Amino acid sequence: MSALLSVRDLRKSYGDRVVLEGIDLDVEPGEVVCLIGASGSGKSTLLRCLNLLEQTDDGTITFEGSEITDPRTDERAVRRRMGMVFQAYNLFPHLTVLQNCVLAPRFAHRRSRREAEARARDLLGRFGLGDFADVHPDRLSGGQQQRAAVVRALCTSPSLLLLDEVTAALDPELVGEVLGILRELAAEGTTMVLATHEMSFARDVATRVVFLDAGRVCEEGPPSQVLGAPLQERTRAFLARVL
Amino acid sequence: MTVVVLGLLLVGLVSSPGWERVKEYFFSPEAARESWRAVLEAMWLNVRLFVVCEIGILVLGLLIAVARTTRSAWLAPVRVVAVVYTDVVRGIPTILLITMFGFGIPALQLQGITNDRVVWAGVALVVSYSAYVSEVFRAGLESVHPSQVASARALGLSEGRILRHVVVPQAVRRIVPPLLNDFVSLQKDTALVSVLGVLDGVFWATNYANFNFNYTPMVVVALYFVVLTVPLARLTDHLQKRLVERERAGAR
Ligand SMILES: Nc1ncnc2c1ncn2[C@@H]1O[C@H](COP(=O)(O)OP(=O)(O)OP(=O)(O)O)[C@@H](O)[C@H]1O
Ligand SMILES: [Mg+2]
Repeated sequence: MSALLSVRDLRKSYGDRVVLEGIDLDVEPGEVVCLIGASGSGKSTLLRCLNLLEQTDDGTITFEGSEITDPRTDERAVRRRMGMVFQAYNLFPHLTVLQNCVLAPRFAHRRSRREAEARARDLLGRFGLGDFADVHPDRLSGGQQQRAAVVRALCTSPSLLLLDEVTAALDPELVGEVLGILRELAAEGTTMVLATHEMSFARDVATRVVFLDAGRVCEEGPPSQVLGAPLQERTRAFLARVL
Repeated sequence: MTVVVLGLLLVGLVSSPGWERVKEYFFSPEAARESWRAVLEAMWLNVRLFVVCEIGILVLGLLIAVARTTRSAWLAPVRVVAVVYTDVVRGIPTILLITMFGFGIPALQLQGITNDRVVWAGVALVVSYSAYVSEVFRAGLESVHPSQVASARALGLSEGRILRHVVVPQAVRRIVPPLLNDFVSLQKDTALVSVLGVLDGVFWATNYANFNFNYTPMVVVALYFVVLTVPLARLTDHLQKRLVERERAGAR
Protein backbone atom coordinates (compact mmCIF):
# COMPACT_ATOMS: atom_id res chain seq x y z
CA MET A 1 0.00 0.00 0.00
CA SER A 2 2.53 2.58 -1.05
CA ALA A 3 0.35 4.23 -3.67
CA LEU A 4 -0.56 7.84 -2.99
CA LEU A 5 -3.91 7.31 -4.65
CA SER A 6 -5.68 4.14 -5.55
CA VAL A 7 -9.01 3.84 -7.23
CA ARG A 8 -10.89 0.57 -7.27
CA ASP A 9 -13.90 -0.21 -9.42
CA LEU A 10 -15.14 3.38 -9.38
CA ARG A 11 -18.61 3.86 -10.85
CA LYS A 12 -20.56 6.97 -11.58
CA SER A 13 -23.75 7.67 -13.51
CA TYR A 14 -25.78 10.78 -14.16
CA GLY A 15 -29.33 9.46 -14.19
CA ASP A 16 -29.39 6.70 -16.80
CA ARG A 17 -26.12 7.84 -18.36
CA VAL A 18 -23.31 5.65 -17.08
CA VAL A 19 -20.11 7.71 -17.22
CA LEU A 20 -17.58 5.67 -15.23
CA GLU A 21 -17.99 1.92 -15.46
CA GLY A 22 -15.47 0.56 -13.00
CA ILE A 23 -12.22 2.49 -13.05
CA ASP A 24 -9.05 1.09 -11.48
CA LEU A 25 -6.10 3.40 -11.16
CA ASP A 26 -3.03 3.71 -8.94
CA VAL A 27 -0.82 6.74 -8.64
CA GLU A 28 2.56 6.53 -6.95
CA PRO A 29 4.27 9.59 -5.46
CA GLY A 30 6.16 11.52 -8.13
CA GLU A 31 4.17 10.10 -11.03
CA VAL A 32 2.69 12.18 -13.81
CA VAL A 33 -0.38 10.37 -15.08
CA CYS A 34 -1.99 11.66 -18.27
CA LEU A 35 -5.61 10.75 -18.90
CA ILE A 36 -6.44 10.69 -22.58
CA GLY A 37 -9.63 9.72 -24.34
CA ALA A 38 -12.37 11.00 -26.59
CA SER A 39 -14.65 13.81 -25.54
CA GLY A 40 -17.26 12.36 -23.20
CA SER A 41 -15.11 9.41 -22.16
CA GLY A 42 -15.26 10.53 -18.53
CA LYS A 43 -11.88 12.22 -17.89
CA SER A 44 -13.34 15.29 -16.19
CA THR A 45 -15.83 13.20 -14.26
CA LEU A 46 -13.04 10.99 -12.94
CA LEU A 47 -10.98 13.99 -11.80
CA ARG A 48 -14.00 15.56 -10.12
CA CYS A 49 -14.71 12.30 -8.33
CA LEU A 50 -11.13 12.12 -7.11
CA ASN A 51 -11.41 15.30 -5.09
CA LEU A 52 -15.00 14.57 -4.11
CA LEU A 53 -16.61 17.34 -6.14
CA GLU A 54 -18.87 14.59 -7.49
CA GLN A 55 -20.43 11.89 -5.44
CA THR A 56 -19.47 8.41 -6.59
CA ASP A 57 -21.98 5.60 -6.91
CA ASP A 58 -19.75 2.66 -6.13
CA GLY A 59 -16.13 1.67 -5.67
CA THR A 60 -13.42 3.13 -3.45
CA ILE A 61 -10.83 5.87 -3.62
CA THR A 62 -7.92 5.67 -1.19
CA PHE A 63 -5.77 8.74 -0.78
CA GLU A 64 -2.74 8.95 1.52
CA GLY A 65 -3.78 5.72 3.18
CA SER A 66 -7.39 6.58 4.01
CA GLU A 67 -10.49 5.66 2.13
CA ILE A 68 -11.98 8.98 1.12
CA THR A 69 -15.12 7.51 -0.43
CA ASP A 70 -16.15 6.64 3.12
CA PRO A 71 -19.19 8.81 3.89
CA ARG A 72 -17.63 9.97 7.13
CA THR A 73 -14.70 11.54 5.30
CA ASP A 74 -14.08 15.23 5.84
CA GLU A 75 -14.24 16.31 2.20
CA ARG A 76 -12.60 19.62 2.88
CA ALA A 77 -9.65 17.98 4.61
CA VAL A 78 -9.15 15.86 1.47
CA ARG A 79 -9.38 18.86 -0.84
CA ARG A 80 -6.87 20.73 1.26
CA ARG A 81 -4.35 18.01 0.35
CA MET A 82 -5.24 17.96 -3.38
CA GLY A 83 -4.93 20.86 -5.76
CA MET A 84 -7.22 21.13 -8.75
CA VAL A 85 -7.12 23.35 -11.81
CA PHE A 86 -9.95 23.50 -14.33
CA GLN A 87 -10.13 24.34 -17.99
CA ALA A 88 -11.31 27.92 -17.42
CA TYR A 89 -12.84 30.36 -14.93
CA ASN A 90 -10.40 29.31 -12.24
CA LEU A 91 -9.36 32.67 -10.85
CA PHE A 92 -11.68 34.87 -8.86
CA PRO A 93 -12.02 38.03 -10.96
CA HIS A 94 -12.73 40.38 -8.02
CA LEU A 95 -9.48 39.52 -6.27
CA THR A 96 -5.91 40.28 -7.27
CA VAL A 97 -3.67 37.41 -8.25
CA LEU A 98 -2.03 37.49 -4.84
CA GLN A 99 -5.37 37.55 -3.04
CA ASN A 100 -6.45 34.58 -5.15
CA CYS A 101 -3.34 32.75 -4.04
CA VAL A 102 -3.65 33.40 -0.33
CA LEU A 103 -7.35 32.62 0.05
CA ALA A 104 -6.94 28.89 0.68
CA PRO A 105 -3.76 29.13 2.78
CA ARG A 106 -5.39 31.74 5.00
CA PHE A 107 -8.92 30.45 5.32
CA ALA A 108 -8.63 26.72 4.74
CA HIS A 109 -5.16 26.17 6.23
CA ARG A 110 -5.23 28.91 8.85
CA ARG A 111 -1.84 30.30 7.94
CA SER A 112 -1.08 33.85 8.87
CA ARG A 113 -1.58 36.42 6.16
CA ARG A 114 2.07 37.27 6.22
CA GLU A 115 3.26 33.73 5.81
CA ALA A 116 0.69 33.04 3.07
CA GLU A 117 1.62 36.16 1.12
CA ALA A 118 5.34 35.49 1.39
CA ARG A 119 4.91 31.99 -0.01
CA ALA A 120 2.54 33.15 -2.75
CA ARG A 121 4.91 35.92 -3.87
CA ASP A 122 7.77 33.50 -3.88
CA LEU A 123 5.90 31.00 -6.06
CA LEU A 124 4.51 33.68 -8.39
CA GLY A 125 8.03 34.99 -8.84
CA ARG A 126 9.41 31.55 -9.58
CA PHE A 127 6.84 30.99 -12.32
CA GLY A 128 7.32 34.36 -13.96
CA LEU A 129 4.27 36.08 -12.51
CA GLY A 130 6.03 38.25 -9.95
CA ASP A 131 4.99 41.45 -11.68
CA PHE A 132 1.32 40.46 -11.72
CA ALA A 133 0.83 39.68 -8.04
CA ASP A 134 -1.10 42.86 -7.37
CA VAL A 135 -3.26 43.13 -10.47
CA HIS A 136 -6.65 41.62 -11.18
CA PRO A 137 -6.89 38.56 -13.44
CA ASP A 138 -8.51 40.52 -16.29
CA ARG A 139 -5.15 42.22 -16.87
CA LEU A 140 -3.51 38.86 -17.58
CA SER A 141 -3.43 36.90 -20.82
CA GLY A 142 -5.22 33.55 -20.89
CA GLY A 143 -1.93 31.73 -20.52
CA GLN A 144 -0.86 33.86 -17.58
CA GLN A 145 -4.24 33.28 -15.96
CA GLN A 146 -3.87 29.53 -16.19
CA ARG A 147 -0.33 29.73 -14.84
CA ALA A 148 -1.62 31.78 -11.95
CA ALA A 149 -4.31 29.16 -11.36
CA VAL A 150 -1.62 26.48 -11.17
CA VAL A 151 0.41 28.60 -8.77
CA ARG A 152 -2.68 29.16 -6.65
CA ALA A 153 -3.16 25.40 -6.39
CA LEU A 154 0.50 25.01 -5.36
CA CYS A 155 0.30 27.57 -2.57
CA THR A 156 -1.12 25.01 -0.18
CA SER A 157 1.59 22.43 -1.01
CA PRO A 158 -0.83 19.71 -2.09
CA SER A 159 0.48 16.18 -2.31
CA LEU A 160 -1.46 15.61 -5.53
CA LEU A 161 -2.32 18.00 -8.32
CA LEU A 162 -5.34 17.35 -10.55
CA LEU A 163 -5.45 19.25 -13.83
CA ASP A 164 -8.39 19.13 -16.21
CA GLU A 165 -7.42 20.20 -19.73
CA VAL A 166 -5.83 23.35 -18.43
CA THR A 167 -4.70 24.38 -21.92
CA ALA A 168 -7.87 23.51 -23.84
CA ALA A 169 -9.39 27.00 -23.68
CA LEU A 170 -6.18 28.77 -24.73
CA ASP A 171 -5.03 30.18 -28.03
CA PRO A 172 -2.41 27.83 -29.51
CA GLU A 173 0.44 30.29 -28.97
CA LEU A 174 -0.31 30.42 -25.24
CA VAL A 175 -0.39 26.67 -24.66
CA GLY A 176 3.38 26.36 -24.48
CA GLU A 177 3.89 28.61 -21.47
CA VAL A 178 1.35 26.68 -19.42
CA LEU A 179 2.77 23.31 -20.39
CA GLY A 180 6.19 24.74 -19.54
CA ILE A 181 5.25 25.29 -15.93
CA LEU A 182 3.76 21.77 -15.73
CA ARG A 183 6.99 20.40 -17.14
CA GLU A 184 8.94 22.18 -14.42
CA LEU A 185 6.65 20.79 -11.75
CA ALA A 186 7.00 17.30 -13.15
CA ALA A 187 10.77 17.65 -13.09
CA GLU A 188 10.57 18.62 -9.41
CA GLY A 189 8.67 15.45 -8.65
CA THR A 190 5.18 16.90 -8.19
CA THR A 191 2.58 14.14 -8.39
CA MET A 192 -0.01 14.99 -11.03
CA VAL A 193 -3.01 13.49 -12.72
CA LEU A 194 -3.99 15.44 -15.78
CA ALA A 195 -6.60 15.13 -18.46
CA THR A 196 -5.18 16.39 -21.72
CA HIS A 197 -5.52 16.46 -25.48
CA GLU A 198 -1.87 17.45 -25.84
CA MET A 199 -0.40 14.16 -27.00
CA SER A 200 3.11 15.49 -27.47
CA PHE A 201 3.10 16.77 -23.91
CA ALA A 202 1.88 13.40 -22.67
CA ARG A 203 4.65 11.70 -24.61
CA ASP A 204 7.35 13.99 -23.14
CA VAL A 205 6.27 14.37 -19.56
CA ALA A 206 3.95 11.55 -18.51
CA THR A 207 5.33 8.64 -16.54
CA ARG A 208 2.14 6.83 -17.45
CA VAL A 209 -0.64 7.38 -19.97
CA VAL A 210 -4.13 6.10 -19.25
CA PHE A 211 -6.52 5.79 -22.16
CA LEU A 212 -10.16 6.03 -21.10
CA ASP A 213 -12.82 4.69 -23.38
CA ALA A 214 -16.53 4.76 -22.57
CA GLY A 215 -15.96 5.01 -18.83
CA ARG A 216 -13.33 2.29 -18.54
CA VAL A 217 -9.54 2.19 -18.57
CA CYS A 218 -8.97 0.64 -21.96
CA GLU A 219 -5.19 0.70 -21.90
CA GLU A 220 -2.47 2.09 -19.67
CA GLY A 221 1.28 2.05 -19.61
CA PRO A 222 4.34 4.16 -20.32
CA PRO A 223 3.77 6.75 -23.05
CA SER A 224 6.11 4.97 -25.43
CA GLN A 225 3.80 1.98 -25.32
CA VAL A 226 0.32 3.55 -25.19
CA LEU A 227 1.11 6.31 -27.67
CA GLY A 228 3.82 4.57 -29.65
CA ALA A 229 2.76 0.94 -29.91
CA PRO A 230 -0.74 0.58 -28.49
CA LEU A 231 -1.97 -2.93 -27.82
CA GLN A 232 -5.66 -2.19 -28.07
CA GLU A 233 -7.49 -1.62 -31.31
CA ARG A 234 -9.57 1.14 -29.68
CA THR A 235 -6.46 3.01 -28.61
CA ARG A 236 -5.10 2.82 -32.14
CA ALA A 237 -8.37 4.12 -33.55
CA PHE A 238 -8.40 7.03 -31.07
CA LEU A 239 -4.80 7.97 -31.75
CA ALA A 240 -5.36 7.78 -35.49
CA ARG A 241 -8.10 10.37 -35.05
CA VAL A 242 -6.20 12.82 -32.85
CA LEU A 243 -2.65 12.63 -34.14
CA MET B 1 -35.37 73.37 -31.00
CA THR B 2 -36.13 71.90 -27.58
CA VAL B 3 -35.67 75.33 -26.07
CA VAL B 4 -38.17 76.85 -28.49
CA VAL B 5 -40.76 74.13 -27.82
CA LEU B 6 -40.34 74.38 -24.08
CA GLY B 7 -40.47 78.15 -24.30
CA LEU B 8 -43.72 78.07 -26.29
CA LEU B 9 -45.24 75.60 -23.83
CA LEU B 10 -44.25 77.83 -20.93
CA VAL B 11 -45.69 80.92 -22.58
CA GLY B 12 -48.90 79.02 -23.34
CA LEU B 13 -49.15 77.83 -19.76
CA VAL B 14 -48.49 81.20 -18.18
CA SER B 15 -50.91 83.05 -20.49
CA SER B 16 -53.72 80.51 -20.04
CA PRO B 17 -56.72 81.84 -18.09
CA GLY B 18 -56.27 79.48 -15.10
CA TRP B 19 -52.61 80.37 -14.54
CA GLU B 20 -53.27 82.98 -11.86
CA ARG B 21 -55.18 80.46 -9.76
CA VAL B 22 -52.52 77.76 -10.27
CA LYS B 23 -49.89 80.24 -9.18
CA GLU B 24 -51.84 81.15 -6.12
CA TYR B 25 -52.58 77.58 -5.02
CA PHE B 26 -49.32 75.86 -5.92
CA PHE B 27 -46.62 78.49 -6.15
CA SER B 28 -47.51 81.00 -3.50
CA PRO B 29 -44.32 82.65 -2.20
CA GLU B 30 -45.87 83.39 1.19
CA ALA B 31 -46.94 79.79 1.72
CA ALA B 32 -43.52 78.59 0.64
CA ARG B 33 -41.81 80.99 3.03
CA GLU B 34 -44.11 79.93 5.80
CA SER B 35 -43.69 76.21 5.26
CA TRP B 36 -40.25 75.35 3.93
CA ARG B 37 -38.65 75.04 7.32
CA ALA B 38 -41.38 73.00 8.94
CA VAL B 39 -41.60 70.73 5.92
CA LEU B 40 -37.86 70.22 6.01
CA GLU B 41 -38.03 69.24 9.66
CA ALA B 42 -40.88 66.83 8.93
CA MET B 43 -38.87 65.41 6.02
CA TRP B 44 -36.15 64.46 8.47
CA LEU B 45 -38.40 61.59 9.51
CA ASN B 46 -38.51 60.33 5.92
CA VAL B 47 -34.74 60.45 5.69
CA ARG B 48 -34.23 58.59 8.98
CA LEU B 49 -36.82 56.02 8.04
CA PHE B 50 -35.11 55.51 4.71
CA VAL B 51 -31.66 54.98 6.20
CA VAL B 52 -32.75 52.65 9.00
CA CYS B 53 -35.07 50.61 6.77
CA GLU B 54 -32.46 50.30 4.05
CA ILE B 55 -30.04 48.62 6.43
CA GLY B 56 -32.71 46.19 7.61
CA ILE B 57 -33.76 45.50 4.03
CA LEU B 58 -30.23 44.73 2.85
CA VAL B 59 -29.57 42.33 5.72
CA LEU B 60 -32.91 40.54 5.50
CA GLY B 61 -32.88 40.51 1.70
CA LEU B 62 -29.42 38.90 1.61
CA LEU B 63 -30.40 36.29 4.21
CA ILE B 64 -33.52 35.32 2.24
CA ALA B 65 -31.55 35.16 -1.01
CA VAL B 66 -28.85 32.97 0.55
CA ALA B 67 -31.51 30.72 2.07
CA ARG B 68 -33.10 30.32 -1.36
CA THR B 69 -29.89 29.57 -3.23
CA THR B 70 -28.21 27.09 -0.86
CA ARG B 71 -28.68 23.46 -1.73
CA SER B 72 -27.97 21.73 1.56
CA ALA B 73 -30.75 19.31 2.51
CA TRP B 74 -31.26 20.45 6.08
CA LEU B 75 -32.05 23.98 4.88
CA ALA B 76 -34.97 22.75 2.73
CA PRO B 77 -37.67 23.98 5.17
CA VAL B 78 -35.98 27.38 5.35
CA ARG B 79 -36.04 27.47 1.58
CA VAL B 80 -39.77 26.81 1.45
CA VAL B 81 -40.42 29.56 4.00
CA ALA B 82 -38.28 31.96 1.97
CA VAL B 83 -40.14 31.19 -1.26
CA VAL B 84 -43.56 31.61 0.36
CA TYR B 85 -42.44 34.81 2.04
CA THR B 86 -41.24 36.47 -1.17
CA ASP B 87 -44.29 35.34 -3.14
CA VAL B 88 -46.83 36.47 -0.56
CA VAL B 89 -45.18 39.73 0.39
CA ARG B 90 -44.61 40.82 -3.18
CA GLY B 91 -48.31 40.32 -3.86
CA ILE B 92 -49.42 42.74 -1.13
CA PRO B 93 -49.43 46.49 -1.89
CA THR B 94 -46.92 48.29 0.33
CA ILE B 95 -49.52 50.79 1.48
CA LEU B 96 -51.68 47.93 2.76
CA LEU B 97 -48.76 46.43 4.70
CA ILE B 98 -48.04 49.81 6.25
CA THR B 99 -51.66 50.28 7.31
CA MET B 100 -51.90 46.74 8.66
CA PHE B 101 -48.70 47.04 10.67
CA GLY B 102 -49.05 50.68 11.66
CA PHE B 103 -52.68 50.60 12.80
CA GLY B 104 -53.18 46.89 13.37
CA ILE B 105 -50.33 45.95 15.66
CA PRO B 106 -50.67 48.90 18.10
CA ALA B 107 -54.42 48.13 18.21
CA LEU B 108 -53.63 44.72 19.67
CA GLN B 109 -52.27 46.46 22.78
CA LEU B 110 -49.65 43.76 23.17
CA GLN B 111 -47.44 43.83 26.25
CA GLY B 112 -43.76 44.48 25.85
CA ILE B 113 -43.75 45.73 22.27
CA THR B 114 -43.86 49.27 21.09
CA ASN B 115 -47.03 50.94 19.90
CA ASP B 116 -45.07 53.50 17.94
CA ARG B 117 -46.63 53.67 14.47
CA VAL B 118 -43.43 54.91 12.89
CA VAL B 119 -41.60 51.80 14.06
CA TRP B 120 -44.28 49.54 12.65
CA ALA B 121 -44.39 51.48 9.41
CA GLY B 122 -40.63 50.92 9.20
CA VAL B 123 -41.09 47.20 9.84
CA ALA B 124 -43.70 47.10 7.07
CA LEU B 125 -41.30 48.79 4.65
CA VAL B 126 -38.55 46.32 5.58
CA VAL B 127 -40.91 43.39 5.09
CA SER B 128 -42.13 44.67 1.75
CA TYR B 129 -38.83 45.74 0.26
CA SER B 130 -36.76 42.81 1.52
CA ALA B 131 -38.90 40.56 -0.66
CA TYR B 132 -37.95 42.57 -3.75
CA VAL B 133 -34.34 43.07 -2.75
CA SER B 134 -33.91 39.36 -2.00
CA GLU B 135 -34.86 38.65 -5.61
CA VAL B 136 -32.23 41.11 -6.79
CA PHE B 137 -29.65 39.45 -4.55
CA ARG B 138 -30.72 36.02 -5.74
CA ALA B 139 -30.27 36.99 -9.38
CA GLY B 140 -26.80 38.22 -8.43
CA LEU B 141 -25.86 35.08 -6.53
CA GLU B 142 -27.04 32.90 -9.39
CA SER B 143 -25.12 34.95 -11.94
CA VAL B 144 -21.81 33.81 -10.41
CA HIS B 145 -20.43 31.08 -12.65
CA PRO B 146 -20.68 27.57 -11.13
CA SER B 147 -17.02 26.98 -11.94
CA GLN B 148 -16.14 29.72 -9.49
CA VAL B 149 -17.82 27.78 -6.72
CA ALA B 150 -16.19 24.54 -7.91
CA SER B 151 -12.77 26.23 -7.88
CA ALA B 152 -13.35 27.54 -4.40
CA ARG B 153 -14.55 24.17 -3.18
CA ALA B 154 -11.52 22.48 -4.74
CA LEU B 155 -9.34 24.82 -2.67
CA GLY B 156 -10.84 23.30 0.46
CA LEU B 157 -12.73 26.40 1.53
CA SER B 158 -15.84 25.96 3.66
CA GLU B 159 -19.25 26.82 2.24
CA GLY B 160 -19.42 29.90 4.46
CA ARG B 161 -16.01 31.12 3.26
CA ILE B 162 -17.00 30.47 -0.35
CA LEU B 163 -20.10 32.58 0.09
CA ARG B 164 -18.25 35.35 1.86
CA HIS B 165 -15.07 35.58 -0.22
CA VAL B 166 -16.14 34.36 -3.65
CA VAL B 167 -19.87 34.45 -4.32
CA VAL B 168 -21.25 37.44 -2.43
CA PRO B 169 -18.55 39.94 -3.49
CA GLN B 170 -19.05 39.06 -7.17
CA ALA B 171 -22.83 39.09 -6.86
CA VAL B 172 -22.93 42.44 -5.08
CA ARG B 173 -20.84 44.15 -7.74
CA ARG B 174 -23.29 43.12 -10.40
CA ILE B 175 -26.44 44.09 -8.53
CA VAL B 176 -25.45 47.54 -7.34
CA PRO B 177 -27.39 49.31 -10.13
CA PRO B 178 -30.71 47.44 -9.68
CA LEU B 179 -30.26 47.70 -5.92
CA LEU B 180 -29.84 51.48 -6.10
CA ASN B 181 -32.97 51.57 -8.20
CA ASP B 182 -34.87 49.97 -5.34
CA PHE B 183 -33.29 52.51 -2.97
CA VAL B 184 -34.70 55.36 -5.04
CA SER B 185 -38.10 53.76 -4.92
CA LEU B 186 -37.87 53.19 -1.15
CA GLN B 187 -36.89 56.78 -0.59
CA LYS B 188 -40.18 57.85 -2.14
CA ASP B 189 -42.21 55.15 -0.44
CA THR B 190 -41.25 56.49 2.98
CA ALA B 191 -43.98 59.03 2.15
CA LEU B 192 -46.53 56.25 2.57
CA VAL B 193 -46.20 56.52 6.36
CA SER B 194 -48.28 59.68 6.10
CA VAL B 195 -51.38 57.48 5.82
CA LEU B 196 -50.82 56.61 9.47
CA GLY B 197 -51.10 60.24 10.48
CA VAL B 198 -47.42 60.28 11.29
CA LEU B 199 -45.91 63.70 10.94
CA ASP B 200 -43.63 63.24 7.95
CA GLY B 201 -43.09 65.72 5.13
CA VAL B 202 -46.11 64.62 3.13
CA PHE B 203 -48.46 64.57 6.11
CA TRP B 204 -47.39 68.06 7.06
CA ALA B 205 -48.07 69.34 3.56
CA THR B 206 -51.44 67.59 3.36
CA ASN B 207 -52.47 69.10 6.66
CA TYR B 208 -51.40 72.53 5.55
CA ALA B 209 -53.44 72.15 2.36
CA ASN B 210 -56.51 71.10 4.30
CA PHE B 211 -56.37 74.07 6.60
CA ASN B 212 -55.14 76.80 4.27
CA PHE B 213 -56.46 75.70 0.87
CA ASN B 214 -52.97 76.05 -0.47
CA TYR B 215 -50.86 73.31 -2.01
CA THR B 216 -47.53 75.09 -2.16
CA PRO B 217 -46.00 72.98 0.66
CA MET B 218 -46.72 69.89 -1.43
CA VAL B 219 -44.62 71.36 -4.20
CA VAL B 220 -41.95 72.04 -1.59
CA VAL B 221 -42.04 68.39 -0.41
CA ALA B 222 -41.91 67.22 -3.99
CA LEU B 223 -38.81 69.36 -4.52
CA TYR B 224 -37.15 67.89 -1.45
CA PHE B 225 -37.84 64.35 -2.67
CA VAL B 226 -36.44 65.19 -6.08
CA VAL B 227 -33.34 66.71 -4.51
CA LEU B 228 -32.87 63.51 -2.50
CA THR B 229 -33.41 61.06 -5.35
CA VAL B 230 -31.63 62.75 -8.23
CA PRO B 231 -28.11 62.11 -6.88
CA LEU B 232 -29.00 58.48 -6.26
CA ALA B 233 -30.40 58.11 -9.76
CA ARG B 234 -27.29 59.70 -11.31
CA LEU B 235 -25.07 57.43 -9.22
CA THR B 236 -27.04 54.42 -10.49
CA ASP B 237 -26.53 55.49 -14.10
CA HIS B 238 -22.87 56.07 -13.51
CA LEU B 239 -22.28 52.68 -11.87
CA GLN B 240 -24.30 50.94 -14.55
CA LYS B 241 -22.20 52.53 -17.25
CA ARG B 242 -18.97 51.63 -15.52
CA LEU B 243 -20.13 48.05 -15.11
CA VAL B 244 -20.94 47.71 -18.80
CA GLU B 245 -17.55 49.14 -19.70
CA ARG B 246 -15.80 46.81 -17.31
CA GLU B 247 -17.59 43.71 -18.56
CA ARG B 248 -16.65 44.72 -22.08
CA ALA B 249 -13.02 45.11 -21.09
CA GLY B 250 -13.18 41.74 -19.31
CA ALA B 251 -14.60 40.03 -22.38
CA ARG B 252 -11.64 40.92 -24.57
N1 LIG C 1 -23.45 17.13 -14.47
C1 LIG C 1 -23.70 16.24 -15.46
N2 LIG C 1 -24.95 15.80 -15.67
C2 LIG C 1 -25.21 14.90 -16.64
N3 LIG C 1 -24.29 14.39 -17.46
C3 LIG C 1 -23.02 14.79 -17.30
C4 LIG C 1 -22.66 15.74 -16.30
N4 LIG C 1 -21.33 15.95 -16.37
C5 LIG C 1 -20.89 15.17 -17.38
N5 LIG C 1 -21.90 14.47 -17.93
C6 LIG C 1 -21.78 13.50 -19.04
O1 LIG C 1 -20.79 12.59 -18.69
C7 LIG C 1 -20.03 12.22 -19.83
C8 LIG C 1 -18.56 12.35 -19.51
O2 LIG C 1 -18.24 13.71 -19.37
P1 LIG C 1 -16.80 14.23 -19.02
O3 LIG C 1 -16.90 15.70 -18.92
O4 LIG C 1 -16.26 13.48 -17.87
O5 LIG C 1 -16.00 13.83 -20.33
P2 LIG C 1 -14.54 14.25 -20.75
O6 LIG C 1 -13.80 13.00 -21.02
O7 LIG C 1 -13.96 15.17 -19.75
O8 LIG C 1 -14.81 15.00 -22.11
P3 LIG C 1 -14.06 16.30 -22.70
O9 LIG C 1 -12.84 15.81 -23.38
O10 LIG C 1 -15.05 16.83 -23.68
O11 LIG C 1 -13.79 17.23 -21.58
C9 LIG C 1 -20.49 13.11 -20.97
O12 LIG C 1 -21.29 12.35 -21.83
C10 LIG C 1 -21.31 14.16 -20.30
O13 LIG C 1 -22.39 14.51 -21.11
MG1 LIG D 1 -13.45 17.25 -19.73
